Amino acid sequence: MTRTISYREAINEALAQEMERDPNVVVMGEDNAGGASVGSPGEADAWGGVLGVTKGLYGRFPGRVLDTPISESAFIGAAIGAATRGLRPVAELMFIDFMGVCFDQIFNQAAKFRYMFGGNAVTPVVIRTMYGAGLRAAAQHSQCLYPIFTHIPGLKVVTPSSPYDAKGLLISAIRDDDPVIFCEHKALYDLTGDVPAESYAIPFGEANVVREGSDVTIVAIGRMVGVAQQAAAELAGSGIQAEIIDPRTTSPLDEDSILESVESTGRLVVVDEATPRCNLATDISALVARKAFGALQAPIEMVTAPHTPVPFSDSLEDLYVPDAQRIVNTVKAVAEWKRDG
Amino acid sequence: MTETLAPQVAADLDSNGLLQAYRIMRRIRGFEDRVHEEFATGEIPGFVHLYAGEEASAAGVIMHLDARDSIASTHRGHGHCIARGVDVKTMMAEIYGRRTGVCHGKGGSMHIADLSKGMLGANGIVGGGPPLICGTALAAKVQGTGGVGVAFFGDGASNQGTTLEAMNLASVWDLPAIFVAENNGYAETTSSSWSVAADNIADRAAGFGMPGVIVDGFDFFAVHEAAGEAIARARAGGGPTLIEVKLTRYYGHFEGDQQTYRGDEVARARESLDCLRRFRARVTGSGQLTESQLDEVDREVATLVDEAVAEARAAPKPTEADLLTDVYVSY
Repeated sequence: MTRTISYREAINEALAQEMERDPNVVVMGEDNAGGASVGSPGEADAWGGVLGVTKGLYGRFPGRVLDTPISESAFIGAAIGAATRGLRPVAELMFIDFMGVCFDQIFNQAAKFRYMFGGNAVTPVVIRTMYGAGLRAAAQHSQCLYPIFTHIPGLKVVTPSSPYDAKGLLISAIRDDDPVIFCEHKALYDLTGDVPAESYAIPFGEANVVREGSDVTIVAIGRMVGVAQQAAAELAGSGIQAEIIDPRTTSPLDEDSILESVESTGRLVVVDEATPRCNLATDISALVARKAFGALQAPIEMVTAPHTPVPFSDSLEDLYVPDAQRIVNTVKAVAEWKRDG
Repeated sequence: MTETLAPQVAADLDSNGLLQAYRIMRRIRGFEDRVHEEFATGEIPGFVHLYAGEEASAAGVIMHLDARDSIASTHRGHGHCIARGVDVKTMMAEIYGRRTGVCHGKGGSMHIADLSKGMLGANGIVGGGPPLICGTALAAKVQGTGGVGVAFFGDGASNQGTTLEAMNLASVWDLPAIFVAENNGYAETTSSSWSVAADNIADRAAGFGMPGVIVDGFDFFAVHEAAGEAIARARAGGGPTLIEVKLTRYYGHFEGDQQTYRGDEVARARESLDCLRRFRARVTGSGQLTESQLDEVDREVATLVDEAVAEARAAPKPTEADLLTDVYVSY
């Protein structure tokens, strides 16, 4: 049975269904209960996370939703250590921008245990984290840092663009035996979509072809998938049919789907809200340039944020975040590109 | 194949327990002394950080642990591994970078781990262990096993944010965790009397809501007693403890360290404080063990270490086929 729920509710539902199914799943993070665990035990679920994603879980699963002090190194590290000993923790790094205060535990410990210990470690931890700009939260609460996690061997990185994908991918993440960074765009929490009530798992490394088209391939990440869809609607009016591919997971990356599409369209635009040095746009551009060079009929283009921190004032932030118009302009230029003019 | 050393959980050690304690310490000393020699030949790759001199700490604490428990160590991790029962021969092979090593040659001295023995690894990151141990303690608590987590860290790591956060979290979450600060006086060349703002690392315990105790790290019995109390308290749901063990490392920070930052304290420690000599004097003086029983252990260890080195040197290295394996469970 499918019904319309929000991205936030879809994530909450994935957590609840997995916690129901597997008693080893525990949730922890700052305000994940939100005041319920200290001082006023009768007041369950004061917050359920800063944007309410974990609301309701504290009451349903006593002892398995833990508030934490503001000590990311300690509690992210604890989630990782607990994962090696049989729990399946889902820890929340409230804002991806906070990775700096706990990154060692993620990239030097969790990511490397299995390899350094010769295959004798299993670390099934999920780190949920919010990313993305558009809410005027400014430089330290708005970044798209999934490229940094994507760079690290040993981590898997997930960037759902819809409520349906969010639920299915989080269920997969919790069941996955490797460390997973589950990236939720904060401006998507209110986005609604059709989501089955029953539990389902979307495999990693399988892109979603969101829109078929023969003229240009657009690969878009996270929230940019929806923005690309808006652009595609306008482009169709100009006779340009764009194919939109949502990788869903940046690590593992479904290279085959991207290459297959470019073999057919010959043109690629990558839309990535992350800043341009070493982001997914540069990564995917290099992949296609190397492996589908013969198919390309135009230079690859990217639509990204500029190489700046995220500005505060709405007049600037609205210029910072890629919008449908910029995508339309770039796709048109690529679609019309000819070698001699 | 070396036998696993069974845990000694009795508060008072009988002669078997005492012999076991001596065997653990003598194995660590024998192993480390030999690695010191072999490293000088140039055949061992990378960095090694030796634990010789500090044996009473590893033995005194870890002898209380069983299969429910987990430990995390530092870059100076061979002693904790041996005390935990990690196979000595596969440890030596790992240090030599061989495929037969406990980590198949992919971790090396600084990352020796054996999760099947509840040993979460030596760690190349100072302060990397304490948060992980909060996790193992949390798992034990949620699963109701009665297990504890022990985080070994040095005086250098005692100042690292991760260690401080972990101690606070362990108290706030009431975790069965024991924090063992092995204060050997130096973080590389930097003395702990300078770098630690408090008079003692253990003085910080009250600030994190847990008991703190200072122990003579040359005295196996003192460590064993303090650790026993802390572990029993944790198992009973009484929360974490900080134990500061004062000791001396006999070798440099790493092999190759010229140690120009310290004077003759090592010579003095070897002469009059050495934990193995003190232990021997005490157990033979009281008649609990005989010199010949201890001498037998010495011989046994010498043979074991000889075999470990010979086998490690003869073992194959990992091949290209091993380069790409075990990054993920599945990808």
